[in-house]
Parts: sequence; structure tokens; C-alpha cells
Amino acid sequence: MQREFVEAPVRGVLKWIDQRLPVITWAYNELVVYPAPRNLNYWWNFGSLAGIMLTIQIVTGIVLVMHYTPHVNMAFDSVEGYIMRDVNWGWLIRYLHANGASMFFALVYIHIFRGLYYGSYKAPRELLWMIGVVILILMMATAFMGYVLPWGNMSYWAATVITNLFSAIPLVGDTLVTWLWGGFTVDNPTLQRFFSLHYLLPFVIFALVFLHILALHQVGSNNPLGIDLSKKDKIPFHPYYTIKDLFGLGVFLLVYGYFVFYAPTAFIEPVNFEPADPLKTPPHIVPEWYFLPFYAILRAITFDIFFIPAKLGGVIAMFGAIFVLFLLPWLDTSPVRSARFRPIYKQFFWILVLDVLVLGYIGGQPPEGWYVTIGQIATAYYFLHFLVILPILGKIERPLPLPKSLDEPVLGTAGAQAAK
Amino acid sequence: MNRRLFRVLLLAVAMVLGSAATLLAAEVEEPPARDWPHEGIFGRYDKAALQRGFQVFKEVCASCHSARYLRFRDLAGIGLDQATIKALAAEFTVEDCCDENGEPFERPARPADRFPPPYPNDQAARAANGGALPPDLSLIVKARDRGEDYIYALLTGYEEPPADAEPPGEGVSWNPYFPGGWIAMPPPLMEDLVEYPDGTPATVEQMASDVTQFLAWLSEPTMEERKRTGLKYMLFVLVLTGLFYAYKRKIWSRLH
Ligand code: HEC
Ligand code: HEM
Repeated sequence: MQREFVEAPVRGVLKWIDQRLPVITWAYNELVVYPAPRNLNYWWNFGSLAGIMLTIQIVTGIVLVMHYTPHVNMAFDSVEGYIMRDVNWGWLIRYLHANGASMFFALVYIHIFRGLYYGSYKAPRELLWMIGVVILILMMATAFMGYVLPWGNMSYWAATVITNLFSAIPLVGDTLVTWLWGGFTVDNPTLQRFFSLHYLLPFVIFALVFLHILALHQVGSNNPLGIDLSKKDKIPFHPYYTIKDLFGLGVFLLVYGYFVFYAPTAFIEPVNFEPADPLKTPPHIVPEWYFLPFYAILRAITFDIFFIPAKLGGVIAMFGAIFVLFLLPWLDTSPVRSARFRPIYKQFFWILVLDVLVLGYIGGQPPEGWYVTIGQIATAYYFLHFLVILPILGKIERPLPLPKSLDEPVLGTAGAQAAK
Repeated sequence: MNRRLFRVLLLAVAMVLGSAATLLAAEVEEPPARDWPHEGIFGRYDKAALQRGFQVFKEVCASCHSARYLRFRDLAGIGLDQATIKALAAEFTVEDCCDENGEPFERPARPADRFPPPYPNDQAARAANGGALPPDLSLIVKARDRGEDYIYALLTGYEEPPADAEPPGEGVSWNPYFPGGWIAMPPPLMEDLVEYPDGTPATVEQMASDVTQFLAWLSEPTMEERKRTGLKYMLFVLVLTGLFYAYKRKIWSRLH
């Protein structure tokens, strides 16, 4: 499969540049002529929104760094006493960045579930999907380290709890944690290295997003029907999807703006408005909402599994919950992509959504009583979905008949059945 | 799997979660919800209440609590004019460094100075309060769940301890809103503790409400600017989104 490139229609100086450095032709092909399916629905807006959100995080982050001080004695004051009060528009920049992280995860989670529903991870988009999973992992690392920077009490204890997880690794665990901390507890060296990495990683993500889009444009976008489309079912990205994405952006900016201007602390734990205090453990140490499902999986393993101690088991389960996504293109054995034509998969998809929501709820509760049991069932189901249900389902499910192209479908046999 | 089974499953999950939640609920009393003038999209601070609240803070709370992010000049935000702020600052002495001999010296505070803390350090604060540390109040409203309701309930909620409650030490009081019930802060407010210059009767409820609003302002002094900016932003983006939508319809109509 070789993509055809069209030369950008530019003249004069631009032409001169483009002949020596084809950036204009490159942008022209990726953003203007890229042939996109004409039937994409609004779930396809979330990728470009995530890209814009990443840019907003980078821009607001750079401005924050101009006023922030990465030192245990000054970090909290530089944020709460200085940026929020004295820096012109400092409150705006800070709230944009803090709420931006939540928005970013919301967008990307929707983006991922879109991929799960329409089978966007299947051939030939496996690498595209796997780059996405790497992006997700880096986003999590970035968000976690960013959360530590204001050096509130939840920052401190979250850093302590999460870095301590690495001590579960046999033999080298404790040494590793000391190395991560740069000392014998979470302290100034920890804060400073987190700051350094929090600045670095978004640029790595940025580079990966380029690869993500390169891979996407190589094989072409999937679409709600999940079938391969011919040229006549595609339309140029510009103006059709540029304007559609702009409209989506407008709607998103309203939601984002609501939180920034009217509920800016909705996602911030009250405890994080108290400065870090190694002697004052918060009664419930909870991570940000976007980590809650994974936190629930971490805490679900309360028992030793053969020679694996419970703590290590929890860590393995938590990382496994993400890594299983790398294998997804091969775990799902069905040749049909879109859930529209997979009546049984569609039900399991929604059960998985529910399961992840339950995990999220459990992650926010204290690990006591019923919560533990429910968390364990939901964790087991999560893995069951990917490791057992999907491989078997692909073999036994009878998909609905697939349309051959966009002109044929909806009213044909498949449409009649899907409408039921 | 059919729809009905799916729904039954959903219901079962919801029921289990629900009953678990009630089982684990609240040993601490939930503060009753109150209306605050600064709540909501159009909510603004009540300047008169803020000024009365500052008076309560200065005359009562500040004898135990610091507010390290408060500078005298910030009080312009609650509606005090420059002359008042200057005069107010001059009532306090602060330590400065250094005179021509390199010695620290004391001088009257200026508007750019911070509101002086009651104790030189945390140890001194603990020593004077039976081992408990009166927290800094600069961010207290944001540092507590449903901050305003909680602080108002805390200040007005002192009562007789239940018969079976054993005090953990000397000088603690019973307050059902405080986690654990026993709090090292003696009831700070009583009728007519301050005299309001605007003639408002200084009931415990009035003082608690005023000082809570002042602390809300102190936690988020940029709130009014934020909401004003938000309104302009929302209107602008709304119009822009409408235009994008109309334009999108127009462009896509070429396809049909
Ligand atoms: C006599 C000293 C004293 C005075 C006066 C005082 N406090 Fe306190 N306050 C304390 C102490 C001590 C604590 C810590 C209580 C504890 O940890 O048990 C405290 C705690 C608090 C807390 C935190 C409760 C929590 O949830 O942790 C708030 C809020 C508070 N005070 C508000 C006020 C306000 C408002 C005033 C003025 C109306 C005031 N205090 C006056 C000594 C005082
Ligand atoms: C920084 C985060 C991310 C950005 C900026 C981003 C950006 C994009 C963009 C712009 C597109 C094309 C438009 C679209 O189809 O929505 C896309 C497609 C895609 N993304 Fe992402 N993405 C991100 C994260 C992820 C993650 C975490 C995954 C999966 C784990 C993922 C999986 C995919 C897949 C499978 C496609 C192809 C969609 C299709 O054509 O059906 N992406 N991404």
C-alpha cells in the first residue's frame, strides 16, 4: 500500500522553500487532501480534540513554569500563594492546566472506547493502536508526576504510595525505590526529577502523536461500518472534517470552560490545598479520577497467588490491565471490525464499559468490606473480557452480513437486520 | 445475552453498591447545606459580609490562627480603601531586617506586609493549644469538603458531649462536625464577642456566616474576576460554535 502524494499548490517563495524542504507539501497532504471516509460520526472528533488538548497543556505548562519553583520549601507557595494570587491571569493558566489534564483523559478514554466499539485496533491498524497505548502510558506518567508538583498533601502521599509500588519487585525493589526517590523518602530530589520529567514527557507524546497520525494516514481511517472503503466513499479532509472538527472543538471548549470558570476545583481533592506534610497521612489516599479504575485493580489483589505476594500481584494486575491492550489486535479473533455487525460483541462492549465504571467507583472508596469483593469481581471480569471472551467470541459469533460499500448498506439485508 | 438479563445485571450491581455505601456511611455528621451569596454562576461576594468577617477574623481567630497569604493591601479586594488599609496595617508591628548595625528591628506594618501570625512557629502554636496546631486559614475553605458549609457548621455546632464519649485529653470540646468529635479549639464565638460598626447584631450565627464568607474570599480572591471572564468566554465560544455549526451544515450540504 503506497500513499499518493500531491504537490502543494504554492508559488513564489513558498514554492522555493517547498522544493527544498517539503513541509508545505507534507502539511497539504496530511491536513487538506487526506481522503477521509464520508460516513465518520462525531465519535471521530475526539482524536483531533485530544491533539488540541495536548497542545493546550504544553502551552499553559510552559507559562506555569515561568512562575513555578520546584523546591519542597517553595513549590506550594509558588502555586497557591503566588501564581493563584499575584501573577496576572495566573489563576486562569493554572486552572486551565489542572482541569486540562482531566479533560485530556476524558477525551482520550472516549477515543479509546470508540476504537473498541468500531474495532479500529484490527488489521491493518495494529501499530496505530499500539502507538496509542504507548501514548496512554506516557500520559499517565506525565499526569502522575504533574500532580506531585504543587506539593500539596495529596501530591506528597500519592507520590509516596505510587513510588512505593516498585518496592514489590523481587530482589531489586527497595534499591529501585531509593533510586527513584533520589534518597530515602519522597523529598526534594524526587520533586525536582518529577519536574524535569513532567516537562519532558509531553514532547515525547507530541512526537508519538505524529507517528500515530503517520500510521493512520498510511492505512486510512476506520469508519462506523468497519469495512474497507473505496475512493468514491472518501472526501477530502479539508474542508469537510476541518469544519466538523472546529464545531466539535467549540462544543468541547464550552464544557472545558464550564469547569475552568465555574467549577475549577471539582477535580482537585481538598487535601491538596494543604501543604505536603510527611507526618500527616490523609485518611483516604485517592488518586485523580482518571486513575481510579487502575487503582481499584491494584487493590483488588489482597491475597498471595502461589509464590507471588499480594502486593506484587496487585502491581502486576494493574500494569497488566494496560498491557493487555497491546495484545488486543490479536486477542480479538473476529474478522469483523464494527460492533454494528457483531450483535453479541456489542453487549459485551457495554458490559465492559459498565465494568470500568464500577472499577472507577470502587477505586474511590476505602478498601473495606463489600467494596473489596466488588472490586475483585470487576477486576476478574476486566481480564475475562480481554483474555477469554474476545478470543472465543470471534470464533462462535455469527456477524450480520456486511455491506460492500456506503451506497449499498443501510437499506440492504444488513440494514434491515441492524434496524431490529 | 439479551436486554433483560443485561438490565437485571445492572440493577444488581447498583443495589450492591448502594447498600455498601449506606453501610459505610458517616460516623461524622454531615454539615447542613446553606445558601452562600458567592455560589453559582452569577454569585458574587457580599462585600459588607466580608468586611464584618475580616473584623471577626482579626479580633477572634487571628489570636490562634495565621493567614500567611493575606497581605494588608489585598484587603482592597473586600472593599477597604487605601487610607483604611494603611491605618489598619500601622496597628501591627512587624520585624524587619536590618538596621545600620545589622540588627533586626521592629516597625509598624505597611500595606505590602503580610498579616502577622500569632505564633513565631508551629511548635509555639502547639505549645499554646494543648498540642494541637491551629491550621493556617488562607486556604481552609478549599481544603475542606464543602468548605463553607463545614466551617459554618463547625463554628456553630459545639454541643454537650454524648455520655459515652471519653475525652482524649485536657481542654478539648465536643463538636459533632469535626472528624472524631473531640476538637482542641474551644468554642471561639459567643454572642456580642465583636461590635460591628454597621450595627448588625453580633449573634454567633451572624459572626460564623461573616467569617466563613471572609475565609471563602481569602481562599479564592480571584473568584469574581474568574466568573466575569467566564461569562464573556462562554458567550464568545457559544456564538463561535453556532457559526461553525452553520458553516458545517453549509459545507456538508454539497455532499447530498
Ligand atoms: C483559642 C485558639 C483558637 C481560636 C480563637 C480559634 N481557633 Fe480555630 N482552631 C484552634 C485549634 C487548636 C485548632 C485545631 C483543632 C484540632 O486539631 O483539634 C483549630 C482548628 C480550626 C479549624 C480546622 C478544623 C478542621 O477541620 O481541621 C478551623 C476551620 C478553624 N479552627 C476556624 C476558626 C475560626 C473561623 C476562628 C475564629 C472565629 C477560630 N478558628 C478561632 C484554635 C483556635
Ligand atoms: C495524546 C493522545 C492522543 C492523540 C492526540 C490522538 C490523536 C489521534 C487523531 C488526531 C486521530 C485521527 C482522528 C480520529 O480518528 O479520531 C487518531 C486516531 C486513532 N487513535 Fe489516537 N490519539 C491519542 C491517543 C490514542 C490512544 C491512547 C489510543 C488507543 C489506545 C488511540 C487509538 C487510535 C486509533 C485506533 C485511531 C484510528 C481511528 C480510526 O481511524 O478509527 N489514540 N488519534
